[in-house]
Amino acid sequence: MAVSRHADAVAPVRASGPFSIWITRHVSTGIGSLGRLLRQPVASLMIVLVIAVTLALPAAINVVVKNARAVSGSWDNALDFSVFLKQELSLSEAEGLARLIGQRADVDSVELISSSDALAEFRLQSGFGAALDQLPDNPLPHTLVVRPSGGNTSASLILLQEEIGNLPESDYVQVDTEWVQRFHAILDIVRQAIVIGSALLAAAIVVIIGNTIRLDIENRREEIEVTKLIGASNAFVRRPFLWTGFWYGLFGGLMALALVHYALFLLEDPVARLAGLYQSKLAIASMDAVESAAITGIGVFLGLFASWFTAARHMRRIEPR
Amino acid sequence: MIRLENVTKRYPGGQEALAGLDLSVDTGEMVFVTGHSGAGKSTLLRLIALIERPTGGQVIVDNQNTRRVKRRKIPAYRRQIGMVFQDHKLLYDRPVSDNVALPLIIAGVSHRDAARRVRAALDQVGLLHKEKKSPVTLSAGEQQRVGIARAIVTRPKLLIADEPTGNLDPDLSLEVMRIFRRFNEVGVTLLVASHDIALIDKLGCRRIALEEGRLQEEIDPWL
Repeated sequence: MAVSRHADAVAPVRASGPFSIWITRHVSTGIGSLGRLLRQPVASLMIVLVIAVTLALPAAINVVVKNARAVSGSWDNALDFSVFLKQELSLSEAEGLARLIGQRADVDSVELISSSDALAEFRLQSGFGAALDQLPDNPLPHTLVVRPSGGNTSASLILLQEEIGNLPESDYVQVDTEWVQRFHAILDIVRQAIVIGSALLAAAIVVIIGNTIRLDIENRREEIEVTKLIGASNAFVRRPFLWTGFWYGLFGGLMALALVHYALFLLEDPVARLAGLYQSKLAIASMDAVESAAITGIGVFLGLFASWFTAARHMRRIEPR
Repeated sequence: MIRLENVTKRYPGGQEALAGLDLSVDTGEMVFVTGHSGAGKSTLLRLIALIERPTGGQVIVDNQNTRRVKRRKIPAYRRQIGMVFQDHKLLYDRPVSDNVALPLIIAGVSHRDAARRVRAALDQVGLLHKEKKSPVTLSAGEQQRVGIARAIVTRPKLLIADEPTGNLDPDLSLEVMRIFRRFNEVGVTLLVASHDIALIDKLGCRRIALEEGRLQEEIDPWL
């Protein structure tokens, strides 16, 4: 029904679909929320920084662990272990056993050092040649040098060593490389710790953003009341706050990314120098595209979750009086 | 348009704002509710706007029993009613045009249509030239006219106003009432709470006087 003499001017309501209305509304609300954040640049930047640091911390540790893994991965040959076989085993029996172990899925290769080879090598390297000649028999057993396949975890390595050690033919298994396993075990613990720590930090981000949004809602309480009074739904009054959370999360994530990359950039030269001392060409592996997207995505998700949770809780309570 | 049947509203603490009120406003009527403060005028309007719910009785607005309007549906219900407040309830952080556009934005009207309708509504209250101004820079009378423009921009069938001239001097009050009158002439139903009996008498409309939540007298100049 027309209220005015100007009804002609307003009567034809342009029919735009509900979806395009929804999009335009969201875009304008999003831009509005961004503008609101930019009008208080210092306060907004502080919150973004807190979120960024909180996100950057686990991301940076993750990069360190990743690099440590890569370095220790090149120590694969250090994971070889020696199996001294029983004295009474013949060479052909030893060869058979070497083939058998070599067929295991968790074993990459097996090298057989026959007792005579071992003696020859020992003679050469030890300088006890004359003394050895006095011995009636060769005191050295046949030895298998087992190289485990790359897919082994520290737990499965121990299992492999035990199984081979328990074979009736084997006398003694010598692992010179227990420290590598310990190192891997430590890395595993650090990995677990990152997961747990990240969950706690994520909770912290939710609390930080949630609290900021809550204050924002309190500050705009009157506006929310008036808007509701003239027929706005909870979803409508909630929307700008969801966008605020989104922006916080997005900028926090992007800044975390920048922080990690900057830290890695600072470390590049010292690492290259260290690697140079070891005649190695070690370079830091940075965050790849997936990891970078993940950290930004996590920021956005936490921002949205926090603001949605807070806004949903508080909007229902604010009713016109 | 509005029918109240034996409506009571009791606040926690036992204070009775409305005590068995029967009332009826026809479509196209302009009706004033008068009475001292505390007589129940505001409560009556708040029940119609569903800001509060009655303790007893029925409030029927445009053939909808407000009792049956679920909480989730209240926003949609309110969008059918134009509301004008004594303290204007404008948003002071945005210009006049955005204030008037707010109900249209809520209703999901496209930006271009909203801009046209906002200008039409401001034109009707004589404030088209103040479109870009901030409400703080306007006088009380102008602010109230912005509030009215916002209330009518969605072209509601029913307009309710709580003491719309409460803060205005007699000249401005008369101007506001004339604006209301013009809307009434094009078919809008109006229910206006006011204590300014001298002003109401000039307009020659039906007047319902409340006292202590009851109908005290009903004056109809046409009878």
